[in-house]
Amino acid sequence: MLIRQPADICPSEITSKASYLNRRKFIQSTVFASGSMLAGAAAGAIIPEERRAKLAGVGKSEFSTDEVQNSYTDITTYNNYYEFGIDKNDPFRHSQEFEPRPWSITVSGHADKTGTFDLEDIVKPHALEERIYRLRCVEAWSMVIPWVGIPLADIVKQFAPRSAAKYVVFRTLHDRARMPGQRSRVLQWPYIEGLTIEEAANPLAILAVGLYGEVLPNQNGAPIRLIVPWKYGFKSIKGIVSIDFSETRPRTSWEVAAPREYGFYANVNPEVNHPRWSQARERRIGAAPEGGLQSIFGAKKQPTIMFNGYGEQVAHLYDGLDLRRNF
Amino acid sequence: MDVTRQIRFVWKPLVFVVCLVPAALVVGDTLQITGALGANPIEEIQDRFGNWGLRFILITLTVTPLRQISGWNWLVRFRRMLGLFAFFYILLHFLTWLFLDQELLLSAISEDIFERPFITIGFTAFLILIAMAATSTNGMRRRMGRRWQKLHYGVYVAGILGVWHYWWQVKLDASDPAIYAVLLTVLLGYRLWRRKRKLAAQQSRNQHGHRRLETP
Repeated sequence: MLIRQPADICPSEITSKASYLNRRKFIQSTVFASGSMLAGAAAGAIIPEERRAKLAGVGKSEFSTDEVQNSYTDITTYNNYYEFGIDKNDPFRHSQEFEPRPWSITVSGHADKTGTFDLEDIVKPHALEERIYRLRCVEAWSMVIPWVGIPLADIVKQFAPRSAAKYVVFRTLHDRARMPGQRSRVLQWPYIEGLTIEEAANPLAILAVGLYGEVLPNQNGAPIRLIVPWKYGFKSIKGIVSIDFSETRPRTSWEVAAPREYGFYANVNPEVNHPRWSQARERRIGAAPEGGLQSIFGAKKQPTIMFNGYGEQVAHLYDGLDLRRNF
Repeated sequence: MDVTRQIRFVWKPLVFVVCLVPAALVVGDTLQITGALGANPIEEIQDRFGNWGLRFILITLTVTPLRQISGWNWLVRFRRMLGLFAFFYILLHFLTWLFLDQELLLSAISEDIFERPFITIGFTAFLILIAMAATSTNGMRRRMGRRWQKLHYGVYVAGILGVWHYWWQVKLDASDPAIYAVLLTVLLGYRLWRRKRKLAAQQSRNQHGHRRLETP
């Protein structure tokens, strides 16, 4: 199967900073004018149902990196999504028949607004933003990916969590008929991930609905997935169908599968090795500007940075926490 | 042409070329002629060579049981070549790790070998295979006498360590290494079973001999 190369123009280059700021001002004014969170509907994020449809009204973000982005092909043919198989290109090969729409998310636990909501209604009050983030997999490879999404904090706020909500727990769709990888018991299904409520409120955390300015492809977690760029990739749960505001810390899927190797926090940390391999360096997939051997085999490994280089935004979340024990 | 010459001049070269196909495909895919290596070429190359190394160890270990069961004694003429191909692919696996994965960075290499148990055992298996490959000539076999056979039993150890090395490095799903483990267990189990049967037969012969002596 052929995969179309991404357009040469990134969405980030299309929306000018001025018009973006303008639109933000407009949204804010409507929110305050009506005095209600949901009145922000003027932001009106829409996720088209057709595959690879362009997303409209995507704003820029100061959190985006200007590092070389990975190609659409790399991002969509090399990743982990065990719901569709365990090899790196299984998600691409086995997710093409998956129908991500219609989609709803069940919200439960310690929040004022609980129940089952259509995806359209959850995203409508918000504006879409492009976030070009580094992604560091626990397997010691990394990419730079232009996601499109909504700050998780804004969506969390929408459900009005109460003070008893200490954790936000996410679950992936559990449907063996639609997700063939779930026929194998390699992980405990459904896939479960979680964040502390403080982590969920961090402005870096987003729920992504798009990639390269287009609707999120199935293999990357359509229609909606978490992105927490300072943590190893497995924390960024895909195909989310439930959000639970919990008082207790969840036992996440990888923690259950191998508690000595994968922890709840899973912050990118070059000083704490995986029991079986080093986390000090990473291989940046694709990037190979130097020519010669590297144009064939890819770039040299590069040092991994604490919190994947997002320490400025997130390090304070872990003050006083022993990151060696809470890996 | 008699059978010996036919094996030597027709079948051996043919098998030799077939055994080179996986390596040729890696070259072809690297140059994007026969296919492609995907987003992470180094990992792909390393995995392919490692897998073929293990497969050739298993194929080599199949020669003797197959010969004993079928009576096709000519099979043994291919055994050394198949064993050397196992070494060839493990060597390529090792060189890929050394040059492409670790980029000859000494600190990373020594950390891998001494602090990562799965690499320690993989490296140990590789050392055993080096010793076997280096002593695989007819001359060495003659010179070493009985020690040669002892050294070359090392293939059992290398096989076990190799499968263990593979099993230990997969993230979670061990179904692929499990297949190798089952095949290896069958191949080594057959040898144990045969040995036991031989010993039992010897023992009963001895006992019968005794009784005959005692009978007046």
